[in-house]
Amino acid sequence: MNSMVAVITSTVFAATPLIYAALGETVTEKAGMLNLGVEGMMLVGAVTGFAVGIKTGSLTLGLIAAAIAGIAMSLIFAVLTLSLQTNQVATGLALTLFGIGFSAFVGHDYAGMPIPSLPDLHLPGLTDLPVIGPLLFNYDVMVYLCIPLIFAVQWFLTRSHAGLKMRAIGESPSVAHSIGYPVLAVRYYAVMFGGASAGLAGAYLSLAQTPMWVEGMTAGKGWIALALVVFGTWKPLRVVLGALLFGGVTVMQLHAQGFGFSIPSEFLSMLPYVATIVVLVLICRNPKTILLNQPASLGRNFHPTA
Amino acid sequence: MYRLEKRPQPSAVMRVVSPLLAAVAMLVTGFVVFTLLGKDPAQAFYVFFIKPINTSYGFGELLLKASPLILCGLGLALCYRANVWNIGAEGHLTLGAITGGGVALWLGDSTSLFALPLMLLAGALGGAAWGAIPAWLRNRFHTNEILVSLMLVYIAQLLLSYLVHGPWRDPAGYNFPQSKAFGEAELLPMLIQQTRVNGSLVLALVLAGASWFFSEKTFAGFRLQVAGLAPAAAAYAGFSEKRNVWLVMLLSGASAGLAGVCEVAGPIGQLQASISPGYGFAAIIVAWVGRLHPLGVVLGGLLMSLLYLGGEAAQMQLALPSAVTGLFQGVLLFYLLAADIFINYRLRNTATATPPNAAPSSTEAGV
Repeated sequence: MNSMVAVITSTVFAATPLIYAALGETVTEKAGMLNLGVEGMMLVGAVTGFAVGIKTGSLTLGLIAAAIAGIAMSLIFAVLTLSLQTNQVATGLALTLFGIGFSAFVGHDYAGMPIPSLPDLHLPGLTDLPVIGPLLFNYDVMVYLCIPLIFAVQWFLTRSHAGLKMRAIGESPSVAHSIGYPVLAVRYYAVMFGGASAGLAGAYLSLAQTPMWVEGMTAGKGWIALALVVFGTWKPLRVVLGALLFGGVTVMQLHAQGFGFSIPSEFLSMLPYVATIVVLVLICRNPKTILLNQPASLGRNFHPTA
Repeated sequence: MYRLEKRPQPSAVMRVVSPLLAAVAMLVTGFVVFTLLGKDPAQAFYVFFIKPINTSYGFGELLLKASPLILCGLGLALCYRANVWNIGAEGHLTLGAITGGGVALWLGDSTSLFALPLMLLAGALGGAAWGAIPAWLRNRFHTNEILVSLMLVYIAQLLLSYLVHGPWRDPAGYNFPQSKAFGEAELLPMLIQQTRVNGSLVLALVLAGASWFFSEKTFAGFRLQVAGLAPAAAAYAGFSEKRNVWLVMLLSGASAGLAGVCEVAGPIGQLQASISPGYGFAAIIVAWVGRLHPLGVVLGGLLMSLLYLGGEAAQMQLALPSAVTGLFQGVLLFYLLAADIFINYRLRNTATATPPNAAPSSTEAGV
């Protein structure tokens, strides 16, 4: 029983950064913007959160700073693709390459420094309950903040007027423009939301999961988040489910040796990457799945000439 | 007030000028960054961009590091011309090093003249095999080649790490994660005395020439170009998209695989856990800065190589982290993308502008 609880809690723990990053990218892509810079934004968020956490001694300030850094990174992407009409794929790649270089440069002095990890909340009475306590009431604040975020994104995209407008822009920016929707402004906001989420996801790695700053510590999680958006067919709840599945794969990798499998650790570390490819094949196998769910203008630029 | 106005025709001049503009903007940014870090900009510039290539040895290093960048960049340029977004050159490079290096270890201390050609062939095939995976998955299952090719980078790197920690580790190597050193016949011949320049430079330049011939003078190259510039026209003409994807992924895989085997059969001389400081990713920038043209890729490879050398020099002499290289690489690509806007658009003073076209346009940005 205890080991089951441990597996489930560590799954949630591993999935949290993926949930943040993938939810943010879902909103960005729903507005028709394909930002491949998630990995770069996460790295900059991770290093900023860590540096501010060290300098101020406050992890909360670190998290806030990470979100701001993520927004700043996403604004580079937004200015280039929305105001200067650059190719979204190339610009996203550039953002990732820049994020890798920038975070390594800024983080050089912070490498290997210790930082207290984000504390698990202790709710008197609840946390002490057997089984239920450690299973539900013993996570850090970012895990709990995730839950309202998931439902807020779900509500925004499916139930709110603004979300409907945003989806219309993602499907057909020219039609949305012709009935007076502010296409560029909405796309700016959507990209910035993705940036803030990716920044938080990165900071979760450097302030809660590891917790320290290591060059390139995201190790492809930003790209996995991008794959999760496809896997979840752009639906927030399915994206979250995918993130939990991936968290499970990561945990399996950590626990496999404990269960007595004698597989070299390198092959276990390959699991999340192999799983990403398998998942993409499964979901893309039927082209209609993608055609029906992908925002129709995804990755296409729009230039309102009027 | 100035606004952007679409040019009637893309500007050919700007296509050539924009990389130069981007390079200048990068230098200006470097100036600002160095100043902000409290370094004397003039001295920092000298250390970063001039001193590394001041000596014949240093110039040799420039050519040495440019070779893998050019080899990877040539393949990526082919892919991007055909609108195939392969970003896995680092993985192809790693697999080429594994297969080519594996052949070297299998041959042992062979003195055969065929040892090196066999290794190069194995490296190219290894890289091509790794490139075949995203090609097959895209053609058969419609998966996105960006994500698949990137995931394969991590898988290839972990595979190499497993091999040098496990079965291929040198038993006499004090437990270091590295293979036995390759024999004399399994190393690339040196080209220039007193430098480390080796045969990979010749290979890179020959392949650049071959790539130019292929792109400009063959029908297969023409099909790729049409597919990239006008996918609908290519489909109408009956050019198979799947064949194009196969072709560019195999060629770019082979070319990056060659880069990998040239690294282990050149400056490294054995297999190690890490064999590339991100050449495969930097090659994305090389291809872009080089305008996806083979000659441009050669020049872009030299520029990127200089950034690597400058980063190393800055680490030693200015006490700056060598990651400053990655910073410059990213900034360069941003400026290039931004400068490219002037290919299709021009600035117009709104006071004198002709009435704008009222119809909004939804376009895929030009690649």
